[in-house]
Amino acid sequence: MKQVQSLLAALLGALALAATPCAHAQNTIKVGVIAAFSGPFADYGGQIEAGMKAYMKEHGDTVAGKKIELITRDTKGPAPEVAKRLAQELITRDKVQFLAGFGLTPNAMAVAPVVTEAKVPMVISNAATSSITTKSPYITRVSMTIPQIAEPLAQWALKNGIKRVYTVVADYGPGIDAETQFTKTFKAGGGQIVGSVRTPLQNPDFSAAVQRVKDAKPQAVFVFLPAGEQGVAFVKGFNERGLGDAGIKMIATGDITDDHVLAAMGDPTLGMITAFHYSSAHDSPENAAFLKAYAAANDAKAGAPNFMAAAGYDTMHVIYEVSKKLNGNIDGDQAMAAIKGMKWMSPRGPVEIDPATRDIDQTVYIRKVEKVNGKLANVEFDKIPNVKDPGK
Amino acid sequence: MATRPASVSIPRAPAVASTLPDDRWKPLEIAFWLLPVLAFFVFPNYRVLGSQILITGLFAVSLDLILGYAGIVSLGHAAFFGAGAYAAGLLAVHGWHEPITGLAVAAIVAAAVGYLASFLVVRGGDLTRLMVTLGIGLMLWEVANKAAFITGGVDGLSGVTIDPIFGVWRFDIGGRTAYVYALAVVFIVFVVLRRIVHSPFGLSLRGIREGGKRMPAIGAPVARRLRTIFTIAAAVAGIAGALIAQTTQFVGIDTLGFPRSAELLIMLVLGGAGRLYGGLVGAALFMIAQDYLSGIDPVYWQFWIGFFLVVIVLFAHGGILGGLDTLRTRLQRKR
Amino acid sequence: MIGSVIGVLFDGVAYGSLLFIIAVGLSVTLGLMNFVNLAHGTFAMIGGYVCVLLMTRAGVPFLATLPIAFAAAALVGLVLEVTLYRRLYKASPLDQVLFSIGIVFMSIAVATYWFGASQQPVALPPYLRGQVHLPGLDLGVYRIFLIAVVAALTLALQYLLERTRFGSQVRASVDNATAAAGLGINVNRVFALTFALGSGLAGLGGALGIDVLGLDPTFPLKYIVYFLLVVSVGGSGTMKGPLIAALILGVFDVAGKYYLPQIGGFVIYALMVILLIVFPAGLYGRRA
Repeated sequence: MKQVQSLLAALLGALALAATPCAHAQNTIKVGVIAAFSGPFADYGGQIEAGMKAYMKEHGDTVAGKKIELITRDTKGPAPEVAKRLAQELITRDKVQFLAGFGLTPNAMAVAPVVTEAKVPMVISNAATSSITTKSPYITRVSMTIPQIAEPLAQWALKNGIKRVYTVVADYGPGIDAETQFTKTFKAGGGQIVGSVRTPLQNPDFSAAVQRVKDAKPQAVFVFLPAGEQGVAFVKGFNERGLGDAGIKMIATGDITDDHVLAAMGDPTLGMITAFHYSSAHDSPENAAFLKAYAAANDAKAGAPNFMAAAGYDTMHVIYEVSKKLNGNIDGDQAMAAIKGMKWMSPRGPVEIDPATRDIDQTVYIRKVEKVNGKLANVEFDKIPNVKDPGK
Repeated sequence: MATRPASVSIPRAPAVASTLPDDRWKPLEIAFWLLPVLAFFVFPNYRVLGSQILITGLFAVSLDLILGYAGIVSLGHAAFFGAGAYAAGLLAVHGWHEPITGLAVAAIVAAAVGYLASFLVVRGGDLTRLMVTLGIGLMLWEVANKAAFITGGVDGLSGVTIDPIFGVWRFDIGGRTAYVYALAVVFIVFVVLRRIVHSPFGLSLRGIREGGKRMPAIGAPVARRLRTIFTIAAAVAGIAGALIAQTTQFVGIDTLGFPRSAELLIMLVLGGAGRLYGGLVGAALFMIAQDYLSGIDPVYWQFWIGFFLVVIVLFAHGGILGGLDTLRTRLQRKR
Repeated sequence: MIGSVIGVLFDGVAYGSLLFIIAVGLSVTLGLMNFVNLAHGTFAMIGGYVCVLLMTRAGVPFLATLPIAFAAAALVGLVLEVTLYRRLYKASPLDQVLFSIGIVFMSIAVATYWFGASQQPVALPPYLRGQVHLPGLDLGVYRIFLIAVVAALTLALQYLLERTRFGSQVRASVDNATAAAGLGINVNRVFALTFALGSGLAGLGGALGIDVLGLDPTFPLKYIVYFLLVVSVGGSGTMKGPLIAALILGVFDVAGKYYLPQIGGFVIYALMVILLIVFPAGLYGRRA
């Protein structure tokens, strides 16, 4: 019954919308948030939105006399034609002044020509492929890129006496990016890659890959896998075959020990060393404020905040600052000029939007999984400041 | 060859139409094709959605050719959609931006892939064919992922710039050109398919679907007919794929994926297989419903789709169009 | 290097046995009722979730959850068979496919609603973890356990099919349901019990497989390809066919990923297509 009612209501609403032009746009700044809110990537959109709500809870929802309105649209996963359509509809129908979100690279890539034509500033809250910001002069990013995390990790490994590494990555764009950057930096610093393997994306079982690693006897294995079950499966295989006991360290980019799912991954992750730009255990007043606002703005179903929530928080920061500077009248070119070079103290640490590339420069931390107050956390113990995206 | 269960079974009335075809345009058909034209003017803010519905509708019709008319259950039809999309996309990325020739190239490429695949598909029974089509779809996805230096892999193929149609109509942000382009192509292809389906060739396909073992007795070369229709269906799917690549100026690897094939099957069944219009109706209903209801808890969406599928199979045989048909016969009988 | 060959074989056999135990129910269902049941993974998922629930909420030890997982999945299978599946035995394959897809979607939605979308962790008891160290070879304890369980189950099933009255009724119904009915065998009851047995085995396999295959609500869709692979390559209606097929596929998959990781994912699909072309009715198919 509810479905029929809502369908009828939606039909009537659509007819009404089609017939009359939108009249009350003057007093609101609309932000179109395009991300996956359902399906296997539901956590991406969920976390980004939760972070955005946290910022709005902390700073109020009015800027320069105008109300900030979030309009969320669900892509259900990697669906570039849907993302592009949603962007077109948000711009032409809902008349948004900003686009934000974009948890997945293909969705962001498909939307790029739309924002170029419409001159709408687009803030990327998660998608991590380097080349995205080159696709349009109206795109900026507040999250991170994969090479930006892989490079400092390689440097840290070299500095700490790890000279022989085996790489295991998932065989798709982000995995290959990670492998390429890590290998480049590691070899340039005198390290040796003793072997590499790319695992199929639909891979339920890592016994073969882990066995190969064991046979090659490296000092460490560098891993990049999509967050979630693959990470869990690899860690299990790693422990089961006793690679840790054989003296092989596991180093990875931080999405494998994502704060949101770390608790579910459990004790097998203890001692894992990762490099990442954000840990919810980061000790700073800004992070404390963020965590407090996050808890206040979202209910328990949102789960533990991770780097995507922090990126959503920073996305709103950028939007608020731009709106303040332009006094609520958002012009695409002026907005981008205001965004370039923007510096602030994010919950993760100091960040800056690079004026040349419009991508984010930030500190990358080296962390270890430890138990803090009985809960698993990524504890930072080293850092590399001012890392620019090396992929450009 | 089609297998039959060992136990004696009286086959259920097929969920597809069984009237003899003639080629005259019924008034209902003409009314049907006026709808998208009207929609263009009545819903100017929904043109992008409309163009994508039309394209998906054509894709569903191509599946109907092999499912509703030839009786092949395929879970990998997106392979040809993706092949056409990548063909058109790569052509544009490498310098040839004219859209209509792009369509033609995509159709040829998809037809070639379909032709090769058809040799594998006509062998074996229903489960075998299901698995082979599934396997082909999955393999093609892996190939596209591996060849990321050509296809862009999971990140997708961007930079697909398309010239204005006939040099005049640019692909605009409001989707106006995309809509008209899609409507024109879908209509033309549909008319051609309609002719094919109402021809003796089309009749023989229905014969194969209903009783494949008996067809050789009347001189119909079963395997060759199946391969032909499979190739045609692949070509049409390729045209639909090219349309999506050209109107969105992007090719994602999801064009080849299993979820796309599975969703397509659902859309076709929802509309009603074997009636040629079922694909269009099913695609329209499914995508419109999904667009409106996606605000509501997505877990519900999946549950209700599953529920409706079960209900349709158990009670509403033949999808929406089948139901309308039964309604009409019942009303006619009452007179 | 012999060590690595044996290691790969061992892992492949373990993986294959897991596939077999889940897929054997599908093979019998398909062979017996000629029903393409894409929802078979759902029963495995039910078994998995029952195991996780019992272990985390009720503190039941892992081994004890296995028979309960079997029973729960068997019960659900029985109920579904009697109420829904039975009506579609004479339907077209398309209808069966769509019906089972519908069941899968509903089960995924329900699982997401009750358990959330993320992976369910399972803490294996310590005596099942780690490795056994033989000279030149390390074998995973859990995998040894898996192979042992599946071997025992296979023998038990073999005994059931070949030495018991129920087994001969099943075999008779598979061969010719009408003749079997004519001989006084209650074919409906045979179907129902066999379906329940197959679902129960899937549930057991699901619980056993959490550590290897993971468990989340999309489990049925993710792995249905592998199960169908085993059944279509092995041939439906028998036990021997899927067993051989599962072992072959398991070994080739692991070997492919170990020796030729560049094409690792491809191997299993290509192998399937090749085998299906050469043996359209499966390796040991009952139907020409």
